[in-house]
Amino acid sequence: MSPSVVERVGTATLRHLGYVGALTMQFGNALGSLGRALPLVGNRHRWKSAVQQMLAVGVDALPMVGIMAVCAGFILAMQGASELRRFGALDFVVDLVTIGFTRELGPLLVAIAVSGRSGSAFSAEIGSMVVTEEIDALKTMALDPVEFVLAPKYLAALVVLPCLTIACTVCGILAGGVFMRLVTDMAFGVYIRAVVHSMVLRDVVMCLVKSLAFATIIVHVGCLEGFRVRGGPDAVGRSATAAVVKSTFLVILADVGFTAIFYLAGGK
Amino acid sequence: MAQAQEARTGPAISVRDVVVSYNGRRVLDKVNLDIARGETMVLLGGSGSGKSTLLRQIIGLERPESGQIVINGIDLGSSKPRVLKKLRHSIGVAFQNSALFNSMSVEDNVALPLREHTRLPESTIRLMTWLKLAVVGLADAGKLSPQELSGGMKKRAAVARAISLDPEILVFDEPSAGLDPIVGAELDELILGLKRAFNMTVVVVTHEMASAFRIADRMAMLYKGSMLAVGTKEELQSSTHPRIRQFFDRIPDQIADTGVIDGYFQRYLEGDAA
Repeated sequence: MSPSVVERVGTATLRHLGYVGALTMQFGNALGSLGRALPLVGNRHRWKSAVQQMLAVGVDALPMVGIMAVCAGFILAMQGASELRRFGALDFVVDLVTIGFTRELGPLLVAIAVSGRSGSAFSAEIGSMVVTEEIDALKTMALDPVEFVLAPKYLAALVVLPCLTIACTVCGILAGGVFMRLVTDMAFGVYIRAVVHSMVLRDVVMCLVKSLAFATIIVHVGCLEGFRVRGGPDAVGRSATAAVVKSTFLVILADVGFTAIFYLAGGK
Repeated sequence: MAQAQEARTGPAISVRDVVVSYNGRRVLDKVNLDIARGETMVLLGGSGSGKSTLLRQIIGLERPESGQIVINGIDLGSSKPRVLKKLRHSIGVAFQNSALFNSMSVEDNVALPLREHTRLPESTIRLMTWLKLAVVGLADAGKLSPQELSGGMKKRAAVARAISLDPEILVFDEPSAGLDPIVGAELDELILGLKRAFNMTVVVVTHEMASAFRIADRMAMLYKGSMLAVGTKEELQSSTHPRIRQFFDRIPDQIADTGVIDGYFQRYLEGDAA
């Protein structure tokens, strides 16, 4: 007999709740062992591994994030200009690009880039460690896999994502400036002054808070997918795909939440 | 006091009424086993007999549904994490697939437990690592990465890592699986040599009979999650239990019934099968 609709909904609900529970527990464990990855006070091997992760997640992603940001800056400026021109409000392109990038596009573009580049890499790395019994070996050597594998990645992402987000935002805004210079002959100095005028501290804080939240989502979803790998090498591939899909989905959900909170709290 | 006494004189590993189920299927059903100090215990059993599950229980990777596992007088189920962590230092595990960390050199793999759990200076760690590698015959392979090693060398490197903290108990999961007979025999000799040199308690899971008879002091045979027999190799060899005989004499489970095949052909020829 095939299961009824109620049964299927119930099973799916329990499965998703189980996933959220596992994610929460892993997050709790990670917070506990994050200190061990810090320099000076923590374990120097974890810090070394965290620096390697920073290079892999952050520095190596810089060219890609930069190019994406420049393209997105041009796109936003062009799309905005074509509409705003009709109202003779071309100057507002500056505000559009500035606010668009600091509040939204900076953190979001970086999160999508990092989730595709590193979230999948995290889950593939940990997944293959599960398959080859390396995670079991860690446990038998009295080493906590969360501390040994996850904590350095988490620390690295917490440091690197805000940096990437700032870089992305700067690149996007500069691209807007180049567009304005080419289209409206607005001097670059004037553009920068207009940018500084329309940028408020609240937006910058929101930008950084979002990037920290996205870093948390990407690392924890990526690593959890890896730790949950069961079976052979094909499961590792599936886990990498699931890591990207789920982390991108959750990043956008979280983004809606944050934006709504700031919208309701700020009133502007 | 009594516990300390037992820790010194009692069995190294004591498994009591352990039950394990996966998805409602019983994988281990009230298994009992005592492994004495300094003996080599070989766990035998076919695929799906639960021998690997029992091994995972003994090394503390999984918790039993019910029952008790006591190692060196320490109950795995009721002890504090700090005590268990310390206990893990006295158990070395060599996994079936070696489980060497591919991101590190062989040397760093062997040095990892020393770097993590001791405060020895780096020069001492290097010397100790070299010694452990020399014991398993890999003194020159320290700088290589695990991918550059052959199957047998990987297993030996895994043994070097397992003994890096000088454990009292050494556990092997299928040491000769996937190795040619010569390399498999070399590994048997290595296990015997280590036991002689360090007087360790050794637990080996295997289904290779030749290897089992070479290294075992006692053997335990599992069948479908139950302990079928425990005894010296002579005792098991002279056993008349049909399952043990089947395993030792390599008799397949289902021999195709020629009568059924004949009947099928007969019906086919008569045109009934179509």
